[in-house]
Amino acid sequence: MTQPLSPLALEVRALEKRFDHPAVDGLDLSVPAGEFFTLLGPNGAGKTTTLRLVTGLLKPDRGSIAVYGIDALADPIAARRIMAWVSDEPMIYEKLTPMEYLDFVGGLWAVESNRAAARARDLLGWLGLAPHADERCEQLSKGMRQKVALAGALVHEPKLIMLDEPFTGLDAGSSRVVKEVLRERVRAGCSVIMTTHILEVAERMADRIGVMANGKLIAGGTLDELRVQAGSGHASLEDTFLALVAQDAVTA
Amino acid sequence: MSVPGTVGWFARHEARLAWRDWLWLMTGGYRRRARTVALGFLVFALFMHGLAYLMLSHSAFIGGAPDIHILVVITGTLVLTLSLMLSQAIESVTRAFYARGDLELILTSPSSSSRLFATRLAAMAVTTWSMALVMGAPFIDVLAWLGGPRWLGAYAVAAALAMVAVAGAVVVTGALFHTIGPRRTRFIAQIVAALTGAAFAIGVQFAAILSFGTMAVPQLTLLNRLATDSNSAILWPARAVFCDPVALAALLGVSIAALAAAIHVFAPRFGRLALAATDASYSTKRRSRRRSHFRNSSAAQALRRKEWTLLLRDPWLMSQTLMQLLYLLPAAFLLWRNFYGGGDVTALLVPILIVTAGQLGGGLAWLAVSGEDAPDLIASAPVPAGHILRAKAEAVLGGIAVVFGPFVVVLAIAAPFAALVSLAGIVVAAGSATAIQYWFRTQSRRSVFRRRQTSSRVATFAEALSSTGWAGTGALAATGTWIAVIPGIVVLALVAGTWMISPTRGASRS
Repeated sequence: MTQPLSPLALEVRALEKRFDHPAVDGLDLSVPAGEFFTLLGPNGAGKTTTLRLVTGLLKPDRGSIAVYGIDALADPIAARRIMAWVSDEPMIYEKLTPMEYLDFVGGLWAVESNRAAARARDLLGWLGLAPHADERCEQLSKGMRQKVALAGALVHEPKLIMLDEPFTGLDAGSSRVVKEVLRERVRAGCSVIMTTHILEVAERMADRIGVMANGKLIAGGTLDELRVQAGSGHASLEDTFLALVAQDAVTA
Repeated sequence: MSVPGTVGWFARHEARLAWRDWLWLMTGGYRRRARTVALGFLVFALFMHGLAYLMLSHSAFIGGAPDIHILVVITGTLVLTLSLMLSQAIESVTRAFYARGDLELILTSPSSSSRLFATRLAAMAVTTWSMALVMGAPFIDVLAWLGGPRWLGAYAVAAALAMVAVAGAVVVTGALFHTIGPRRTRFIAQIVAALTGAAFAIGVQFAAILSFGTMAVPQLTLLNRLATDSNSAILWPARAVFCDPVALAALLGVSIAALAAAIHVFAPRFGRLALAATDASYSTKRRSRRRSHFRNSSAAQALRRKEWTLLLRDPWLMSQTLMQLLYLLPAAFLLWRNFYGGGDVTALLVPILIVTAGQLGGGLAWLAVSGEDAPDLIASAPVPAGHILRAKAEAVLGGIAVVFGPFVVVLAIAAPFAALVSLAGIVVAAGSATAIQYWFRTQSRRSVFRRRQTSSRVATFAEALSSTGWAGTGALAATGTWIAVIPGIVVLALVAGTWMISPTRGASRS
């Protein structure tokens, strides 16, 4: 009997991770299912560390992580089944073709072969990679590799997709394609959590935005809610973001 | 301070890069290790000088006048050294062509790229010379100490050989570019380098046979025929070792002229050839021969298939990995042919198969366990870490089975017991090497395979000792003696000790 999924895609409580300094410092974060959530923050704020803790690539010192109600620390395998992670550096195999890569990822997530093949063809088509499906990844540009990595994240139809700076190094056309694919996944009921430094992307795509600094969530909500928190009236997200970070620096 | 853009200025730049690269290679980037590395070198130098003394102190030829027999032996040694230097130089030149590194910066700057490439080719000769002296200098020093300073001519002869090797490597690589094109040159040059290096291994066996008094060796017989008397031109390099002024001047003159000619001809073309190599790597559209068919497979099957596909598609890694076989098999053949005369070969084949399986297993295990190009993908997959590890170990042992299966089958027909011992030894040696690589794993890209030994010297030594230890155990076991149990227990203790000091155990205890 399968348990009903939680209305929260991600629920993080009192999360802590320390390297030589506190990278994530008592973080509380909730992302409802079906939401496009963007994490912003200055360099070193703890955004990537947070996502790596959620995906299980790092072990937290303290705190809890639940993915759709599944305790990701107690049952990481069950949590991973419904998650996908895309790093800022596309980590793919240069000697495999995109189709072979997606076949491999399908195998890792135990996706039935016919379904994985159909899904792979669809994804490569959407991402404009169909003509390159049988070329080795070593021949592809960085943008194409990033799209292959994204296709790998989507081939097993995850419910929660986490992306770290997915638009870095992408040209305008590729960025638009990736945005459309992510929007389509959200329309289909998936949740997306993304870090970015491109504020225009966050402003246009996110349902809600979280702002991190020094390992803590210093503000969160819709753009209007952030403006209220920053006391910045009708300012742009850039001005609002900078005001929030400056406020935090003063209080810290 | 040298003037920017001059050869001296480029030489200073190259020397600084080379020094920092070497220091990083030795210390792994930790400054605190520098003292330990220096101490290690001192101990190594003392050990090598001691070893050289033990080997040479009872030799009668050191102090006397060089007769034709000594000159022939020295000439043979120089030929062997040159083949190894040439192999190393071909690899260096090929790497310089294909490494993009600072190529675009150099070629878009207003400085003369010819001067930089000329400096780099000269630096290759210095590096080749230095590498040869790591092993050769202690022997030269001991010879000079026991036989007088005339032996110091060997340093100059080694420098001359390095210059000739680099000149030859530039000509070979340039010729490959022109004949088969930049796309194939990288792979073919690897094979040429491997074969040239293997010639050295074969030559060592010739020298060993000679020292045992067996003169039916084609290479040295040929030298004996060519060298009609001690003034023969073919023996001049050997005479230069003894500081014969005419021979030494002639040898240095010829080698400097060869390197200068190679630099003069190729330095101005180096940039164009390197760009052609870059173009080739960009423009080559390598389509898979067959469209991929998605198969229902478990995570373990997917992982095994991925490891084998990546290995088979990387000729550079293949050549690096299988080179170990290339070095050992000719030696086995020669020893079998000369020492056993086609008789009982099992006593020799069993340990050779086991030691090679251990070495190959270590290389493959590093590729599978540490050389993972998508660690985040694997770590975020819904597969327990233990299953991933088991699948990777199975991929390694599967590769070992493919390489060594035919040997064991053929051996089973001739000597079933020896085949059984070989099979057990291969499994244990490859398993030990795989376990050691797992205990000392560090995440790296597959492309740094050449530097895998520097990630953990403990692992490197433990892997080598376990392979040779299992080989010794196998050699004894193949003869049917129970004494084989003793080295077996020692090797088991070594492997267990390696586990005790491994970072993996430290992490599991903390």
